[in-house]
Amino acid sequence: MNNSEEASSGYSAAAEVGLKRKRRTRFERMRIGLGKAPLSAWFGMIVVSAYVIVALFAPLFAPFGEADIFPTPYAPWGGEHFFGTDQIGRDILTRMIYGARNTMGIALVTTFLSFLIGGTLGLVAAISRGWVDQLLSRFVDVLMAIPSLIFALMLLSIFGSTISSLIIIIAVLDSTRVFRLTRSVAVNVVVMDYVEAARLRGEKLGWIMRREILPNIMPPLIAEFGLRFSFVFLTIAALSFLGVGIQPPTADWGSMVRENASLIQFAKYDMKAAMTPLLPAAAIALLTVAVNFIVDWFLHQTSGLRDDG
Amino acid sequence: MHPVLSTVLKRVGLGIVTLVIVSAIIFSSVSLLPGDFGESVLGQAATEDTVAAFRKELGLDEPAITRYFNWLGAAVKGDFGTSFSGRSASGVDRSRSVASLVGPRLYNTLFLAGVTAIVAVPLALILGLTAALYRNSFYDRSINAVTLTTIATPEFFVAYILILLLSSLWPVFPSLANISEATPLLERLNKIALPALTLTLVIVAHMMRMTRAAIINLLSSPYIEMAQLKGATRSEIILKHALPNAWAPIATVVAFNLAFLVVGVVVVEVVFVYPGIGQLMVDAVTTRDIPVVQACALIFAATYIVLNLIADVIGIVSNPRLLHPR
Amino acid sequence: MTDDVLIDMQNIHIEGFSDEEWHPIIKGVNLKLKRGQVMGLIGESGAGKSTLGLAAMGFARSGCRITEGRILFDGMDLAKASTKEKRTLWGSRMTYVAQSAAAAFNPAHRLLEQTIESAERAAAGPNESNGITDLTQDAVELYDALKLPNPDSIGDRYPHQVSGGQLQRVMTAMAMSPRPDLIVFDEPTTALDVTTQVGVLAAMREIVDKYNTAAIYITHDLAVVAQMADVIKVLRHGEEVEEAETREMLASPKEAYTRSLWSVRSLEKQEETNDDEILRIENVDAAYGKLKVLHDVSISVPRGKTVAVVGESGSGKSTAARVITGLLPPSAGQVVFNGQPLPAALANRNPEHLQKIQMIYQMADTAMNPRQTVEEIIGRPLEFYLGLDGAAKERRVIELLEMIELDESFLDRFPSELSGGQKQRVCIARALAAEPEMIICDEVTSALDQIVQEGILQLLLKLQREFNITYLFITHDIATVKAISDQIVVMCEGKVVEQGMKSEILTPPHPEYTELLLASVPEMDPDWLTNLLKTNAVADLQK
Repeated sequence: MNNSEEASSGYSAAAEVGLKRKRRTRFERMRIGLGKAPLSAWFGMIVVSAYVIVALFAPLFAPFGEADIFPTPYAPWGGEHFFGTDQIGRDILTRMIYGARNTMGIALVTTFLSFLIGGTLGLVAAISRGWVDQLLSRFVDVLMAIPSLIFALMLLSIFGSTISSLIIIIAVLDSTRVFRLTRSVAVNVVVMDYVEAARLRGEKLGWIMRREILPNIMPPLIAEFGLRFSFVFLTIAALSFLGVGIQPPTADWGSMVRENASLIQFAKYDMKAAMTPLLPAAAIALLTVAVNFIVDWFLHQTSGLRDDG
Repeated sequence: MHPVLSTVLKRVGLGIVTLVIVSAIIFSSVSLLPGDFGESVLGQAATEDTVAAFRKELGLDEPAITRYFNWLGAAVKGDFGTSFSGRSASGVDRSRSVASLVGPRLYNTLFLAGVTAIVAVPLALILGLTAALYRNSFYDRSINAVTLTTIATPEFFVAYILILLLSSLWPVFPSLANISEATPLLERLNKIALPALTLTLVIVAHMMRMTRAAIINLLSSPYIEMAQLKGATRSEIILKHALPNAWAPIATVVAFNLAFLVVGVVVVEVVFVYPGIGQLMVDAVTTRDIPVVQACALIFAATYIVLNLIADVIGIVSNPRLLHPR
Repeated sequence: MTDDVLIDMQNIHIEGFSDEEWHPIIKGVNLKLKRGQVMGLIGESGAGKSTLGLAAMGFARSGCRITEGRILFDGMDLAKASTKEKRTLWGSRMTYVAQSAAAAFNPAHRLLEQTIESAERAAAGPNESNGITDLTQDAVELYDALKLPNPDSIGDRYPHQVSGGQLQRVMTAMAMSPRPDLIVFDEPTTALDVTTQVGVLAAMREIVDKYNTAAIYITHDLAVVAQMADVIKVLRHGEEVEEAETREMLASPKEAYTRSLWSVRSLEKQEETNDDEILRIENVDAAYGKLKVLHDVSISVPRGKTVAVVGESGSGKSTAARVITGLLPPSAGQVVFNGQPLPAALANRNPEHLQKIQMIYQMADTAMNPRQTVEEIIGRPLEFYLGLDGAAKERRVIELLEMIELDESFLDRFPSELSGGQKQRVCIARALAAEPEMIICDEVTSALDQIVQEGILQLLLKLQREFNITYLFITHDIATVKAISDQIVVMCEGKVVEQGMKSEILTPPHPEYTELLLASVPEMDPDWLTNLLKTNAVADLQK
């Protein structure tokens, strides 16, 4: 082509182009999306933000220290202890607030780690195909043939229930699910003509991964992050409830349910006390329901990508 | 060989291979044991001799491959070795065989899971089917909202709410499911009412949603539209056109949820102090009683693998493309 | 209403549900069909032709609803009738032939069972019997009339056991089995290869004539409908453009839009050639795993000209393109570009090799990253090959947009905000941005509506004149070949059947396969099928 110079010299309007263009920033698009969010999504977002604030500023909200022990075990609600005390005299409200920080923090770190492992390997498998893909996929198949809670129990019995082993074990087990999803979503993108076009252009593998594939698999991965987070959160709560997860004196909701469970028997005499073990259980349920609501809305949003222009 | 047979055999072969690899993973976990394990089991006062004897008993002095095949060979016969508990530093061994610990508890767990499945599977299929048929109706929407909430809720929350309502406030059912071998059947059923109800609620929620999705997917097939335009009635469409193609998806849904049930049993057994294999495993994990943990893990994994295998085989056997090859 | 009117649709409005809202699909269309008459419904994708055709049966797909209008069939208003009432008509007095036979047959039942299902129900139901006593025997006769092989036993087979063309014939037998008054054909041959299509068309027309059945024939292909219909109704955006008797419409369409539907067929490039060879494929064999798909293929491409590679699905024409681009290294032979052999594998080619051969795809939708703007899409090759960035890059992108008859207002758009034709234009601009010597066009117009196709082909011709670009144009459509090519390569089953100048290939005598291929392409002449059936070619086609 030889006319590019002539053509460009004849064209001077290019400078004005920036002014005429209506460019919506990511933020603006987000605001427009939020405006249309249904009630359930709003509910979810408010709940999650409240949890996050409580978790971040736990020491400010909590009336006492995380491991402070008071003389009266099983103190009733009200008075000095808003939600009473537990079996060895620790303030329930304080433990609830620190529990938010511990349980959510550990679940979040675990989910990130699981996405780092599963996401990277899934992407590698999808792009390289061939024997790498076969090897990784078969290995994951085998790991997934063992129910993850059972596998986690077994590994915890070997490595012991420290927080770091808890995080690593659950992250590795959960990364199998992330691997499967990332791989299957990415495989669908890898076969797209625009990826072939990039390869034909001579683009490097890294560029193709970052610019062509990753942006297109993000929405399902973000949604999956929400779901995996609730799943990991529930798994950790369940393990703690079973007494093999987060260990005392660290406060966490799962073990709080277990520690105070016997209070339910006294519902007829003191309804409030009977509610004590249900508080952390309800806190867990509320968070997972909230996350699910947000994910539901988000999936709906991104599947209707066409009309957000 | 008929393609159905060969495909089924291939799938069964794959299942066996998976099972063997899984057993190898479970077995090799022993070799990850920290070095001082003998002491922690036997106590600080254990002499070098007793620790050495214990290590020998674990077979840690033999090559791993030999140990694995010895263990696997015994496991196939139902012998999972001897529990770690009941041992002491002095070398006195009051430990019991793993099989004698697991056996009766496995029966209890199967009883609980079986009762739950008998109630939950038909209930979930009916709910899912009707929700799919009356899609977007008030009925469908309310079932959906309830099940979405149930799914996001931990089993123990459901369990304690049921205890609060049906045991503490209005004592209809006992909150402890402490049965023994001597418990008569009716009392047994009464005692497991709450754990079974908890599991049913959780399983039905999952299974109903999956059934609904599978049926909706099926009903959107072009051949269902064609059947409508051929004048088929609603019942003809479902019985004649949808059902023959529904076995595979339904089998998958049922198997998936039964597998889910097997895992859900663990938490529920602990809540209700039910003497099942799940509770046994949790106790064993707490006391680091590795042979028991291994046996339980192998049983759970095998159940899981076999259930999925059955679902796949049903899918293969009901696939007209394989039944009637070109 | 006179007696011979079978169906009378008045002021039909239909809405569809998407994005939480009801949108109009059909906006006040009238349709009147006489007994024994065949009406062609034609229009581009999204014109609402399938929706209207199904509405003639009183049927609305899930997510659609008939909001207004009357559908009178034998005195019954189907727009108001209950499903139960309509069910007495469906499968007895009105039947349906769907586009994808493979999906419309229930995989779990034998063909015969499905063929006679509705007739069995009708015989047991309240409708008077049509005098057929042995439905199985009748089905065998229908299979025979539709020229299915082994009519006695084919009914015992399952849908996945017979070919697509045969399934489409069985579906016609299924629609005919209850001897309906009306059959709705919904794009019944669109999914078929052209040489398969012609036989199915002939069989369908014959049987509709034989039983004097009224039919609504829905398609986007005017040449097909010309063979089948007595009257043609043109739809656009849910509204009627015009309706006329077939010959009259073809001879003198009243509306410009109707004429534009076949304008692509009037394009014809003046053929030229030269001795300056830009690309030569030499004795190439290629295989996917063990499956060999190219057998000793040699193709020569002159500089600045267009070589069309023609063939049906499975002919290996797209594989040839993959060999040229290096995506599929050949198992034997080589590709010579500008006198130099190209490295076989993509990984071994340098940026100059890649820059000089660009590619445009069939589906513009999947050829552009949905997360990138038009500016990013067109700008990347500029940055990658020519090292442009910042204002210089943006200036060049705008120039390229103008070359493809778009403007700078498109810079910030995402592919989802473009129409089908605009998308393909952006893909052309991306290819042009690399300043290539040659562009491989893989079925670039076949996913587009006819009216858009012409614009794209005109654009490609213009760009060739301006920049002396060479095209290797892969297509199955003979009209496109006439419009754009200088030379033609005919491929079949991985082999080159013949190659040469366009005029040589398109004028007889032809090798057998070229003959079959050319004869099978429907023409705008309503007598084309009739004449074709008289010649001996029909013997081959009906096999």
